[in-house]
Amino acid sequence: MAEIAPVPEKAPVIEDVRLKAPEVSLERAAKLGGVAGIVAVFVSANGMVQAFAERDIISGVLSMGYTLLFLVPLIMAYLAAREPPVLEGFEAPEKGPRNVLAGLIVGALTGLIMAIFVLVASAVDMRRVFINISPQLLELLTFGQGMGGLVFLVGGCLLTGAVGGLMQLAEGRWRRALWGALAWTLLIGLLEVIVAQLFRGLGLGFLSPLFYAGTGGLTPLGTAVVFVLAFLYYWSVVPKVDMWQRRYAHMPAERQRSVRLSLTVAAVLLVAILPQVLGPFVSEVLDLVGIFLLMGLGLNIVVGFAGLLDLGYVAFFAVGAYTTAILTSPASPRWSPEMSFWAALPFVILAAALAGIIVGTPVLRMRGDYLAIVTLGFGEIARLLLLSDWLRPVFGGAQGILKIPTLSIGPIVFRTPVDMFYPIVGFCLVAAYISWKLKNSRIGRAWMAMREDEQVAEAMGVDIVEIKLKAFIVGAVIASFGGALFATKIGSVFPHSFSLLVSITVLVLIIVGGLGNIPGVVVGTLALVGLPELLREFQEYRLLAYGVLLILMMLYRPEGLLPSKQWVRELHEEELMQDAWLKMEEDRRRAQAQAAQGDLPARPEEA
Amino acid sequence: MALLEVRGLSKDFGGLRAIDHLDFHVEEGEIVSVIGPNGAGKTTLFNLITGLFQPDEGEIIFDGHNLVGLRPDQITRLGVARTFQTVRLFFNMTILENVMVGLHGRTRSGILDTILSLPRQREEEEFIRQQAIEALSFFGKRLVGFRLNQPAFVLSYANRRRLEIARAMATGAKLLLLDEPTAGMNPRETLELTELIGRLRDEKGYTIVLIEHDMRVVKGVSDRVVVLDYGRKIAEGDYEEVAHNERVLEAYLGRKAVRSA
Amino acid sequence: MQRALPQQISDRFNFAAGVIWALRVIVAAIVVWGAVSTLTSGFYSASQWRDLFIFGLAQGGVYALIALGYTMVYGILGFINFAHGEVFMSGMMIGYFVADYLNEAGMWNGNPVLALLIVLVVSMLTSTGVAVLVERIAYRPLRESPRIVPLITSIGASFFIQYAFRGLFGAGVKSYPRMEALQGAITVLGVRILKVHVLVIVAVFIMMGLLYWFVEKTRMGKAIRAVAEDKEIAALMGVDIDRAIVMTFAIGGMMAGAAGLLYALVFNQVFFFSGFLPGIKAFTAAVLGGIGNIVGAMLGGIVLGIVESVGPILILSGLGIPAPHQLKDVVAFTVLVLVLIFRPKGLLGERLAEERD
Ligand SMILES: Nc1ncnc2c1ncn2[C@@H]1O[C@H](COP(=O)(O)OP(=O)(O)OP(=O)(O)O)[C@@H](O)[C@H]1O
Ligand SMILES: [Mg+2]
Repeated sequence: MAEIAPVPEKAPVIEDVRLKAPEVSLERAAKLGGVAGIVAVFVSANGMVQAFAERDIISGVLSMGYTLLFLVPLIMAYLAAREPPVLEGFEAPEKGPRNVLAGLIVGALTGLIMAIFVLVASAVDMRRVFINISPQLLELLTFGQGMGGLVFLVGGCLLTGAVGGLMQLAEGRWRRALWGALAWTLLIGLLEVIVAQLFRGLGLGFLSPLFYAGTGGLTPLGTAVVFVLAFLYYWSVVPKVDMWQRRYAHMPAERQRSVRLSLTVAAVLLVAILPQVLGPFVSEVLDLVGIFLLMGLGLNIVVGFAGLLDLGYVAFFAVGAYTTAILTSPASPRWSPEMSFWAALPFVILAAALAGIIVGTPVLRMRGDYLAIVTLGFGEIARLLLLSDWLRPVFGGAQGILKIPTLSIGPIVFRTPVDMFYPIVGFCLVAAYISWKLKNSRIGRAWMAMREDEQVAEAMGVDIVEIKLKAFIVGAVIASFGGALFATKIGSVFPHSFSLLVSITVLVLIIVGGLGNIPGVVVGTLALVGLPELLREFQEYRLLAYGVLLILMMLYRPEGLLPSKQWVRELHEEELMQDAWLKMEEDRRRAQAQAAQGDLPARPEEA
Repeated sequence: MALLEVRGLSKDFGGLRAIDHLDFHVEEGEIVSVIGPNGAGKTTLFNLITGLFQPDEGEIIFDGHNLVGLRPDQITRLGVARTFQTVRLFFNMTILENVMVGLHGRTRSGILDTILSLPRQREEEEFIRQQAIEALSFFGKRLVGFRLNQPAFVLSYANRRRLEIARAMATGAKLLLLDEPTAGMNPRETLELTELIGRLRDEKGYTIVLIEHDMRVVKGVSDRVVVLDYGRKIAEGDYEEVAHNERVLEAYLGRKAVRSA
Repeated sequence: MQRALPQQISDRFNFAAGVIWALRVIVAAIVVWGAVSTLTSGFYSASQWRDLFIFGLAQGGVYALIALGYTMVYGILGFINFAHGEVFMSGMMIGYFVADYLNEAGMWNGNPVLALLIVLVVSMLTSTGVAVLVERIAYRPLRESPRIVPLITSIGASFFIQYAFRGLFGAGVKSYPRMEALQGAITVLGVRILKVHVLVIVAVFIMMGLLYWFVEKTRMGKAIRAVAEDKEIAALMGVDIDRAIVMTFAIGGMMAGAAGLLYALVFNQVFFFSGFLPGIKAFTAAVLGGIGNIVGAMLGGIVLGIVESVGPILILSGLGIPAPHQLKDVVAFTVLVLVLIFRPKGLLGERLAEERD
């Protein structure tokens, strides 16, 4: 490394030569415009626009299909109009027409590509290959106006592109409030089921017709109200959160405790009345979200804490479900002890732990990424065996096992989805408690150490195989809780419920939610399991979205949306190390320079 | 009986003989320096003793147990701990956690104890914490206090080396293997660490083997010096004897001549 | 003298090794017992075994071609390219549309050789394009990340491609048109073999030969090997790393595309999920042969194909398990697990850049 001469005390300060940071690049805007065009064509050609067009967000004005289509140029334009990060010592360029121009370029290109797509598609019949490029789609894209409708299509793209660019001009607080309001309006528009039910549950049923048109989607009035409310929320409440947190941190311990207590009580009350208010249909979805959340918490221990990529997690879910089914159902084909759920639970735990050992032992000494594919193999083996004629006398083959009794504690029977919500939340809490407890323990530290440097962990006395096996077993047991709950909730088990897609879904949940981070997993599960369950149209494209999410998360935010500090650090380790190194170098240089001057004492050791 | 006794140890890396029929012993309470030119096989010797590599031949007897064939964690539990030439901390864990990991092999609580939060487990956690802080306190105020909960990557180079030693101490080992503990330190830090190594033995009762290139350190602390070259022991004795040994000078100078050519 | 290990250490000593040994013994016993009882039952004739074997050879050849992509990428970048199964599927799917069109135009049966060549080229180009695109978009930016990151990306890419194809081309199963010239069997050296199988086996060997020549003899092939050995040194010697990596993906894609057409000729059908199972099996084949080892992947594929074809009947039916063909995929996965237990470095050994402390 070249020695840099120490900066003289009175370096001449050259003013007015502050370098300007680069402006928004129009070339990049053109590139992003091209990408936006391709994405827009893709979502049209794969049927999403048409499928989503069935549902209105603003009744009679805006369908979900158009929303999807125009969100593409909007978001891309917003990104294209954003200035590159300003390095220290550079002068940030002024915002101005150039930002809007970048947005317009994106909009124009998107419109152009879409127009070409529509023209080509109406000239050549491609339906034999691209089954979703139908006349209906073309009609939709031309707003039912024939080729003249292309003006609307291109105009819409230009408009949204310009809006995206304009958004960059808005000052930070405005920008956040606008995006927030937009997102909530879309969400409330989509979630009529929940919101209407919520009004009814709260005895405010008369509000529903004001907000929703009844034929799907918000009324114009509803749209305005939601938009304004959400805007105000982001405008005035969100900026205060920071302040509140600071104030909380400065409170005396006594007050902190009472604040915490009241928050906990509020949360408990909320959870307690939630399913009652939301009714059976939404509760059904919530139950499923809860079961996935439970599995997410379990897999998080395996992947997030211990760094073992397990793609066969569904196998443990299946072990839990089938063990429960066999032990509790009178219809179990081989033998039916007809135990109660709670009597069976210890055996479920035992079976899951055993399964964890069987899967874990042979593979744990191997290279890390082999684990992914071997566990995947085990997951498929489990499903194929459950399905096979060979083991039909035990597991019932494709017919599965029926008549699993409902869950009960003493006289309380959890018959409806609303009832089931409580035990599921209970198990989730148990799992969260286990995660938290283990994380800050001898075992948890060994997991983290192993994830960082397996060899060194071993040299410090950590038995790698033992500790990996433990992660596997805890993960397996938590998944088996999920399986057991699933079995009693549905009342039957079939092999097809235990496909690879379950494993992948759980993996996506924890990655999108932020590895190692519990609130993140909750948000991830609500969005990625809850939404598709509520909206059939999403169901169809759910795995496509999961795939895209996994890629985007790894490319842009490998640490997850709400990351735990641990992962952020790990993935940005190099940058941080560099920072630390530079600081060290600088300190040393300064110390040397001082020592060289002789009269000054060498810089004292850092405290 | 010697605390550590290495007999006829050999290790090949495809063709290249990194350790060649090495005999070598360390008495309880001794400080032994291993020196030799770059690539002489010093680090490989440590890797063999700690079980990171399996030897091709020979045996390693520590405290009456043959270490050959044992896993690294078993060897550590028997009482051999080490530091690494290229500092290898758990950089994303806090300083305290780094040392607490060192206590893993000395403690027992399992998953159930932890989940149920049994009194035994809580006591053990407290014990781990105390021991870790004690090990860190050995280096004065540098690594304790507000530093405890900072991630290890914020530390300066010298402190990273100190933290590695603390982590090794926490394993409860009898024998510490220190691989170039003063590399990258400035003269003052080096001097201080030399002193500390002496205190490690005198106050804490560790037996120490260290690899060192800095001859002042070697001179300052070693009871005995072992010189390796091409995986063989070419000299052994106290510092003065070794420093004037013909073969040693040749090994160092010869290499240098070759390198500068 | 030598002391016994303290209790707590000797207790755990080799618990895992014990389990693995037990597994080995159990597996060996099951295999031997099953095979012996099937063979002694005399239920299957020699010609049936031969047919199974040849079918296995053809199927295994296809696995081998796919496995090359896994093994080369693993050798050079050190992660499992999960999306490779989809690279294979994409060639097969687009190939179908071309074949369908040619069939309509009367060329499929009118000039089968040319038709097959056209579909082969299209299939190879498609797979190559998909493979290179995935590398460019999803893997290149992540080259310096911890290994789990590109692994997760590749899982994402795999699902994205599957469901993008499903959205664009529909969820239905598509059947390749029937090619009259490939129906029936011929007799080679006194053995009756289906014509399709002959074609597949010959094509596989030609492709493998070409690949071997390319990797061993051409400049680009040598560059790829140099990068797989040590990226930094290769860069110092003037090898363009990016180009070598793109070429690796491209070649893997070409092989997968060819495999796509051959697979379609044997099994006829294709849908968006068709890449999943062959993909995993090909990965198994790559591990079986020794990951990073090109010849190993070829051998591994063929061995796996044969085991999968012969194994269920040979072993499972002897154990009195009903409907052994249902468990065909279980056998393949079990082979994967067993390879990793018995011979984690594969039949021919791994070829990876050496990891140093
Ligand atoms: N994992 C390995 N694989 C192959 N060769 C190795 C490996 N580790 C060390 N070597 C080789 O063994 C020889 C001895 O290496 P070693 O690291 O023990 O030297 P050293 O005495 O510690 O040198 P230094 O003073 O530079 O640390 C060197 O030639 C080295 O290249
Ligand atoms: Mg060394």
